[in-house]
Formats: sequence, C-alpha cells, structure tokens
Amino acid sequence: MATKVHNQDGWLYDPIYPDASTWPIVKLAHEREAFIKELVALSIENIKEQLGNNPANLKDELARTLYSERIRVSQTPWKADAPDEKEFWSKVKKDMVRINAGHENPHAFGHEDLIQRIVKRYAEEIAGVFDVNAYDFAKRFTTTLFSRLLNASQGKGMARLFETRHNLHDKIHLVGEIDHIRELAKRGTIIVVPTHFSNLDSMLIGWAIQSIGLPPVLYGAGLNLFGIKILAWFMNRLGAYKVDRRKKNMLYLETLKMYSELSLRRGCNGLFFPGGTRSRSGMLEKRLKLGLLGTALQAQRLNFENDGEEAKKIFVVPVTINYNFVLEAQSLIDQHLKISGQEQYYVENDDFSTSTKMIKFIYRFFTASSEIAVRFGTPMDLFGNRLDEEGRSFDPHGNEVDIKKYFYSNGEISKDLQRDAEYTRMLGEEIVKRYHREAVVFSSQVVAFAAFRIIKARYSKMDLYGLMRLPSEDLTIRPKQLMDAVGKLVERLREMYANGEIQLEKEVQEGSIANIVKKGVANLGIYHAKLPLMYNEDKDFQSQDIKVLFFYHNRLEGYGLHKFI
Amino acid sequence: MASTNSSEIAPVGVLGGGSFGSAISNLLAENQPVILLTRSQEVADSINTTRQNRGRVMHENVRATTDAAEVANQCRLIFPILPSAGFRETIKSLAPHLTPEHILIHGTKGVDIQLPAGDQLTADYKLNPKKVNTMSEVILQETIVRRVGCLAGPNLAAEILEGQPAATVVASHFDEVIKLGQKSLRTPRFQVYGSHDLTGVEIAGVLKNVIALAAGALSGLGFGENAKALLISRGMVEMIHVGTHLGGDIVAVLGLAGIGDLIATCSSSKSRNFTVGYRLAKGETLTAILADMEEVAEGLNTLRISRAMANYLGIRVPLTETIYDVIYGEKTVEEGLDYLMKFPFYVDIDRSMFRRV
Repeated sequence: MATKVHNQDGWLYDPIYPDASTWPIVKLAHEREAFIKELVALSIENIKEQLGNNPANLKDELARTLYSERIRVSQTPWKADAPDEKEFWSKVKKDMVRINAGHENPHAFGHEDLIQRIVKRYAEEIAGVFDVNAYDFAKRFTTTLFSRLLNASQGKGMARLFETRHNLHDKIHLVGEIDHIRELAKRGTIIVVPTHFSNLDSMLIGWAIQSIGLPPVLYGAGLNLFGIKILAWFMNRLGAYKVDRRKKNMLYLETLKMYSELSLRRGCNGLFFPGGTRSRSGMLEKRLKLGLLGTALQAQRLNFENDGEEAKKIFVVPVTINYNFVLEAQSLIDQHLKISGQEQYYVENDDFSTSTKMIKFIYRFFTASSEIAVRFGTPMDLFGNRLDEEGRSFDPHGNEVDIKKYFYSNGEISKDLQRDAEYTRMLGEEIVKRYHREAVVFSSQVVAFAAFRIIKARYSKMDLYGLMRLPSEDLTIRPKQLMDAVGKLVERLREMYANGEIQLEKEVQEGSIANIVKKGVANLGIYHAKLPLMYNEDKDFQSQDIKVLFFYHNRLEGYGLHKFI
Repeated sequence: MASTNSSEIAPVGVLGGGSFGSAISNLLAENQPVILLTRSQEVADSINTTRQNRGRVMHENVRATTDAAEVANQCRLIFPILPSAGFRETIKSLAPHLTPEHILIHGTKGVDIQLPAGDQLTADYKLNPKKVNTMSEVILQETIVRRVGCLAGPNLAAEILEGQPAATVVASHFDEVIKLGQKSLRTPRFQVYGSHDLTGVEIAGVLKNVIALAAGALSGLGFGENAKALLISRGMVEMIHVGTHLGGDIVAVLGLAGIGDLIATCSSSKSRNFTVGYRLAKGETLTAILADMEEVAEGLNTLRISRAMANYLGIRVPLTETIYDVIYGEKTVEEGLDYLMKFPFYVDIDRSMFRRV
C-alpha cells in the first residue's frame, strides 16, 4: 500500500523509485549518443526492409522525401525549425543530382549515404534530453503554479495568490486504480493513453503521473509547441520527443516509430494521446491513431524474443481527463463543424501560439473555479486482458494467459508485421471501449446533453447546420422540461454506473435532480463569454451559444442515451 | 500443443460432426490428420471403428473424439462447424483449454443473440443490431483467441463429400490465418480464396439462407427461372440493406460467400433451407418438416433475427417480412407471393441504400 502524503505540495503518493539514477529515462539521456546511433542504424535497416531491399525503391523514396521536404521548408516554416533547414535540404538536392548524374543505373551506395544523413538529422531532432534537475524544478513549479492559481480563484483575486488554504487535490481529483498501476510500474513498462480535449492535458497528465508516484514518462510533443519559449525550455529537458506532423514522409515516420519502439524496449514508460489531436467535436475518441501504439506491440514482441523469461511486459493504462469545461471548446467545435460540413480547408486556430497566450490560458483555467477528474482506468496488457498485481494476464474465466504465445506460429515467436498491425487495431478498439467505461460524467455534461436533445427534438426537421444557426431567443427551455429530461437521464446513468459501464461524479451518483441541474448549469462552460446554458429573466433556461452546448453534449454521445429522454 | 517435430504433420481440429463438419473434415484430411469433436460417443466410436458417420463415409485420416480438451491440446488450428444455437456454449466449454497460440476458423452460417431473460423473438420484437454477434465475435468474447477467421461460399456438403469441384473463401483480418486456412484446405478439387473482410463475408453467408427459404418455396410452387432470378437479384438487394446495419460490406455480397452461395442454395434441393421452403409450398406444416430434419435450417433463425432487426431500425424488408409471414404467420405461400407482386417497388437499385451505416 502506498503511503499517502497529501501535503501542501500536493503529493498524494510516495515516488515508487525515489532514486532518479535508476530511471530508464535517465539512463537513456546518459547514453544519448549511443542510443541515436542505434536508432539510426535500426531505422535504416527497417526502411530498407520495407522497400524490399531494392536500391531503385530507395532512390524513389529519397526523391519523394526531398520533394515534400523542400515544399515544407519553403511553405510552412515554423519557429521551432532548425535554422539550417534550407541549407540542409539544398545540399541534399545538390548531392542527389550529382549522384544521379554519375550513375546510369540506380546504385545504392550514394543514395544510402544520403538516407543516412537524413535519418540521422531526423533522429537528432526527435530525441529529447532528460534532465533530472529540470524535472525536479518543473515538478515543483507546476504544483506551485497550479495551487497558487487555484487559491487566487477561490478568493478575491491576486491578493490570495500566496495563500495555500485550498489544496490542489480538492480540485483535481486523481481517481481509479492507482495502487494497481503503481505495482505494475515496478514490474514492467507502462504506457499511459489519455483522452485529449484540451491543450492543458499534457501538463495535467504529467502532473498527475508524478502525483501518483510514477517515474516520469516519455512523451511526444508537437514540434510547433517548441516554438513557445517557456514550453520549449521545459519540454527539452523533460525528455519530450518531438513529433512533427508536417513531415509525412516514410523516412521520418519510420525513424519516429523506431524511436518510440527502442525507448519502450529500454523500459521507458511512455505516453501517447491515441486520439492524435484534441477531440474537436467534444466526443470521446472513436478512431485512434495507431502508428505509435503499434510500436508497443513490436517492442513487446522483441522483448519476448530477446529477453526470454526475463522479458518485461508492457502495460496499457487508459486515462480519462474529465472537465466541466474545455477552454478551447468554441474554436474546436467550429473546426469540427467546418470539417464535417465538407469544407476542404480550414485554418487551424491555434489557441496556444505564444507564451503569453499560454499563461493567460492556464490562469483562466484555474480561476474559473471548476473541478477536474483524472481517472486512471483499469490497466491491461496489449491484448486487452485483465492483469493481477504482479502483472500476470488472465482471461475472463480466470485462467492465466501466456501472452507471448500471441506472437507464436509453429510453436515459436515469429515476426509478422501484418499480425502486429491487426493486434494494434484491436488494442485501439479496446482502448475506445475503456474510454467510455472510464469516463467520469459531471452534472454539467448531463445538463448539456439533456438541453441539447430537447432543442434538437423541438426542431426535428432541421439538420445540424440549421440548428446551429438558430437565434438565442429560440433556444429557451422551461425548467420543468429540463428537470424531467435530466431526471430520466440520471436514472439511466445510475443504472449504467451500477453495471460498471460509466463513471459518475458524486453529485450525479447520489444528488437530487434539482441539485444536479443547479450545479450543472453553474459549471457548464463557465468560462465562455457566451454561455451555453443560463437562466434568463423569465427564470427559463436559455442557450446563448448552441454550438458550445452541442460540444458539451457530445461527450455523452455513443452511449445510446438519447432513447431515454 | 501441436508437435514441432517437422517430420510429423500437425493435426487440425474440427468441432461438429454434422454434414458440413464432416465434409470439411474429409477435405482437411487430404492434407493432414484431423481430430473431429463430436457430441455423442456413439458417433465417435462409429467413425473410429467403421469410418461411418450417420451415412457418410469419413476419410481415414479423421479421428473422432468427444473430449474438447484433447482437440485444443493437439491442434493449433481448429475449425468450429457448429449450429449457431449451440455455438456459444461449445466455445465456452472449449475456452479454458485454448491458448493465445490457437487459431479458429469457423464455418457457421448463423448469428448469435443474447436476449434479456424472458424476451422472445416475436413478429414485432425490436432487436438492436448491436445485440447481434457474428460467430467470430462470439469467439473473441468467450476466449482469449484473437486470430479468428471464417469460411463461407457455395459449399453444399453433399457435393463436397462426393468430391465434386468447389471453392470457398477464408476471411480473416490476419494474413496468417488466411494462409493457414488455404494451406490446410486446398486440394486439387477445392479452391480457397482469401478475404480481409471478415464481417462482410460472415454476414453474406448468414443472410443468404433467408433467400434460400423463399427459393425453395418458389420451386415448390413449380415456377421457373424468371421467378428464381427475380428472387435472387431482389434478395441480394435486401441482403445488402440488412447487412450494412450489421457492419457488413457490399463488396462481400458480390463474392463467393454472397452471390456464389446464394445461387447454390437457391438452386439445390440439397440445401436444408431450400428444402424447408420447398416442402412448405407443397403444403406441409413447419412442425412436420422440422420433425424429420436431421439438422437445423439456419435460415429460420436468421429470418426471425432479420425481421426483429428491421423492426428496430424501422426499415422495410418486403422479402424478409413476407417469408416470415408465410412461415410463422397467417399467410399462405400463394398469398405471400401475391403480396410481393403487388408491393410498390419503383426503383431497381436505390443508391441511397448503399451508404455505409
């Protein structure tokens, strides 16, 4: 049993490995040079294998990469790009022309040299450097920052910024199978897979992982975020690796995947947002990006293949981050409507593009008093099987499962990438199922769902886009109607909760319908300038912004709840 | 577990000694030893001593047993060929003996539903398609096996047992499963195609049985090829209509498991589903027909499920509705036909039907 500290710094649990020098992530940083060398060598080997070890294919791939990279350099330069991007690719082009001219037939040697240079450059860019001191500092800094902001929000503004009466854990609830996960972290490699609604998620999940005493995780951060100075400073030292979604060429993607695979093989705990980007619709993720998740399957196979009985298992921990409101709701839902409205292009509105914007964002987040629940879901192996405290896998009938045999053919482990890809797809489906089961429902979401459904039923002939254009005057609901709908919804939710199909905050679990509605309306999208739902002068409910109401309603989509209102 | 000794070919397992199970066992037995799981010890003994299985002659490479654990321990590749009604139970009893190394390719053309206690599939029952499981889904739910597949196609058991040429599709998400299925099943008289559309192939194989019931009835009434062609082509449209709601794909309907199997079962008195329709049209009652049939006609079960699903979805499926009314309701075969001929169909193919649901 972990010792709960619960001090003013906000630590609930002792770290399971207090000595940082034993962390795989620290070892990785110490051996960075050797690691990159291995990464480059294995990536190239892998790339060549995928190209059928054919020099002509290699040449084609190289040409494709060069072409797309030169377009990227000239058309979408980012602050975070290396200063010599242009020179590097110009040089590659020159050398390519020279090599091509010198050889009538595609000869591997010259091209291979180019591939080597490109992959090495990618590897250097991707790999982060973990720094224990920076980690310690960041840990204290975020906690202090979070709790100061929180305290400021509870009183009369800045004057209370230096009080510590309100503990962070009163606001940010860390719930779920924490003890189990701590046990597993001592025995294998953990992959945390959280839901993704807000830009704050990365910071919050990092803080939550420290709070439950796990050693730091390795995570991928968008290269664009490295353009923000404060973030870049931290992320560079916290071992974040860089993911550049502009680079879609095969050489880059294979290097990135190999980085993830190798770090997992070295026992570094990992973090992926499998939804890829923030959920624009406000719905729980339904389709996951499987690329990086797939590296876990390969790492697990190679662990079994190379380490025999000593092989470390990889454990998956689905995490739901549950908010009463999402700061970016407005721009997210706008983008969602544009995309689903078949518009080919949309400008991505970056809510987070400078340091000042980011600090403002965090400040608002905490000052708008509201709870957050971070739920660590039931851990599983890569095949969705149940785990005991020691990390052994069990089938639904209680029989122990030797998961190494999932990789068997003819009685021994065999490499079959298509098989790994299918297992990854199945794992993705399982994670989506878990998200639905582990989601914590707040009263605000219940109210939003009921209100939106009432309006939708009233204008049943209208499509979604018509609905979104209705003026606020047409968006009123009589209190009794809302209460009735919430009542039916809550009844169904409690039934589902009893069956373990969903999680509920305390109020929704046992509060009266009147209180749920009251708390829900008070907390729903509290930060937004135009309120998704409020009381008007006639004491009716009215929506000032149906798009945002739709966004919060979406969180409860996918449970078939509309049939119960 | 399967022997790794290369001089000895590993046996494969078959669950179910019915007509199709026997046919598949004999095909498999041409390439490797087969261990066949039967329910009754008597049948197993008969196969092992005299090669006789209720009138069918079994290949000498087939050994029968009633011990599920033995099949699981000896065979890595297992073919469950069971009636859909008992499928889940049998798989459950096998589950404790299965390991992640096992590969299951089933040949059952039916679906599984789990109704709340006390519910009956009546004519107006509304069945949520989410409650309908294909057999591969049952395997995934009840066991730790992940590498699953199915086989479907125009495979009338009697013709296979006679050694006539035929082909089948092995569908699975896993290349490995398809290859193993092909390797174990392929003979000079049996061609095996592969497909990645597991659900599509399963659903196509399931839904065609309903149409076969009607084909039998048409034949029983003495009608010819125009009527049959009408039925088959309209039947296909309805299969797609219902199938998309079960996660199936149109493309699979165009393949061996869809149109291929549809033509075979709609033309042959060797098909059980066809026979049920045929005898109904000849004036027998359903009770009388079922009383002297050795094995279940899966189409009857599928018919009730399709009807209940259409109720839930609020979609019109005139063929399914009519067949249902003839078999379980008040309509005679003639009345049913009359109704269909007067039903206001205006379009041959409604494109909107082909949207993915």
